[in-house]
Amino acid sequence: MKAFITKAAAAAIVVFARAVTAVRAIWPEEGLPTRPCVYFANHSSHGDFVLVWTVLPPRLRRQARPVAGAEYWLKSRLNRFIGRDVFNAVLIARERDQRTEDPVTQMAAAIDAGSSLILFPEGTRNQSDAPLLPFKSGIFHLAAARPDIELVPVWINNLNRVMPKGEIVPIPLICTVTFGSALRLAQDEAKDTFLERMQTALLALSPKPAGSGE
Amino acid sequence: MSAASSDLLTLVAGIFGVLILASAIGYVLQQRLSPNGSNAAIENLNARIKAWWIMVILIGIAFVAGRIGVLVLFGFCSFAALREFVTLINTRRADHWALAAAFFVVVPVQYYLLWAEQYGIFSIFIPVYAFLLMPIISVLRGDTERFLIRIAEVQWALMICVFCASHVPALLTLNIPGYDGRNVLLIAFLVIVVQLSDVLQYVWGKLFGRTKIAPKLSPSKTVEGFVGGVISATLIGAALWWITPFTPVQAGLLAFIITLMGFFGGLVMSAIKRDRGIKDWGNLIEGHGGLIDRLDSVVFSAPIFFHIVRYWWSL
Repeated sequence: MKAFITKAAAAAIVVFARAVTAVRAIWPEEGLPTRPCVYFANHSSHGDFVLVWTVLPPRLRRQARPVAGAEYWLKSRLNRFIGRDVFNAVLIARERDQRTEDPVTQMAAAIDAGSSLILFPEGTRNQSDAPLLPFKSGIFHLAAARPDIELVPVWINNLNRVMPKGEIVPIPLICTVTFGSALRLAQDEAKDTFLERMQTALLALSPKPAGSGE
Repeated sequence: MSAASSDLLTLVAGIFGVLILASAIGYVLQQRLSPNGSNAAIENLNARIKAWWIMVILIGIAFVAGRIGVLVLFGFCSFAALREFVTLINTRRADHWALAAAFFVVVPVQYYLLWAEQYGIFSIFIPVYAFLLMPIISVLRGDTERFLIRIAEVQWALMICVFCASHVPALLTLNIPGYDGRNVLLIAFLVIVVQLSDVLQYVWGKLFGRTKIAPKLSPSKTVEGFVGGVISATLIGAALWWITPFTPVQAGLLAFIITLMGFFGGLVMSAIKRDRGIKDWGNLIEGHGGLIDRLDSVVFSAPIFFHIVRYWWSL
């Protein structure tokens, strides 16, 4: 019964996301990796992982788990239902002193179990005018712990205009989700070089702004 | 069977015949010139023909469902077109409630007014009430950055995607003596003539196009395509007089006016696309681009067609 409810809820969320954003995916020429991988995306809205999840082909979608902040997604019953039951999120504690488990260990364990991850390396929603916040080091430590894992940059465009912070009614606007070519940690690559390379790869996918909104 | 539904059946049979012919030509061209999908023009042609099948079937279902079907179909068209338009305009957070009102209040109210056949309020709801109330909603947040541009663009979006587009189903509300229960055929006349004009301009242009007509706006449009398309669509319009309340000459004249409006509407919408640096309005219809790419000519011709018919034919 519960499985049925979560499936129905997931389907409803996908239909709603498509109705509001008419979201379109742009794929890299060689296609997406078929093995478990890490999709890392820019983060400006709570709906970000829903959009990535929505456009993934069903076979890849089933193995994809978003990585999300535990304090937000465990806050209320509805949040818990959506975050944990519907999307099967890997919930990590963002505050160091609240951690009972190491986030990198949690993510690596999910990958070892055959899942892909949807990760937002900025660590928090970007409310600034800059297109991207500096990445946190988690993605580096994950890549160092699982050096074979492929990392796919994903640019989510326009969703911040659909639902700016603090608004409750979404504005229907067309969103695109652009997937780049898969990357890997190079041998002996230093943390800063790696993070810089990942940020550049992600930014390279961002289109020129259409409406020049906020 | 009533005269209206037998005319509609004849029309549908004719349209299916044309589409079957188009699909057959597309298939032969593909076999001979693009067997492995290498010829982009032919692949695009076939994608367009496929999309035409879907559009014709959707409109057909709406016609069968009657007035409510037509209103729901065009209501969704307005919604999707507005979504494409607003994606490209200058909006700021201060416009959030104004935009929400545009999508979730203005669109449903405009189509409800058609359902309720309130012509008076229908014809001024967007030009008067939305025009004055939308900037008031935006100004309450106190953000003056590019204010005039922001409110003007939202109003333009509403006029094109909702006000003008809603004049297609508004044809159902006209009361034309001796034409009772057949108004849906007026919609068919408008849409067929304008869309055929687009298609024929494309075909004539591909076959005989030499001289560009508006190189800065729309490099694919040619004088030969324009003249050939308008003349042939006008003749087809005249030949369709039997589904209208018009004489053949009147039908031809109206067809001529709406094909011209459609052509210039296409130019105006192209200029907006150039301004915003995009090629298509969206990706809703494979081979055609966005919904506005397909609807631009109908949107520009519908209000003029509506008012000419209302002034001279309706009670």
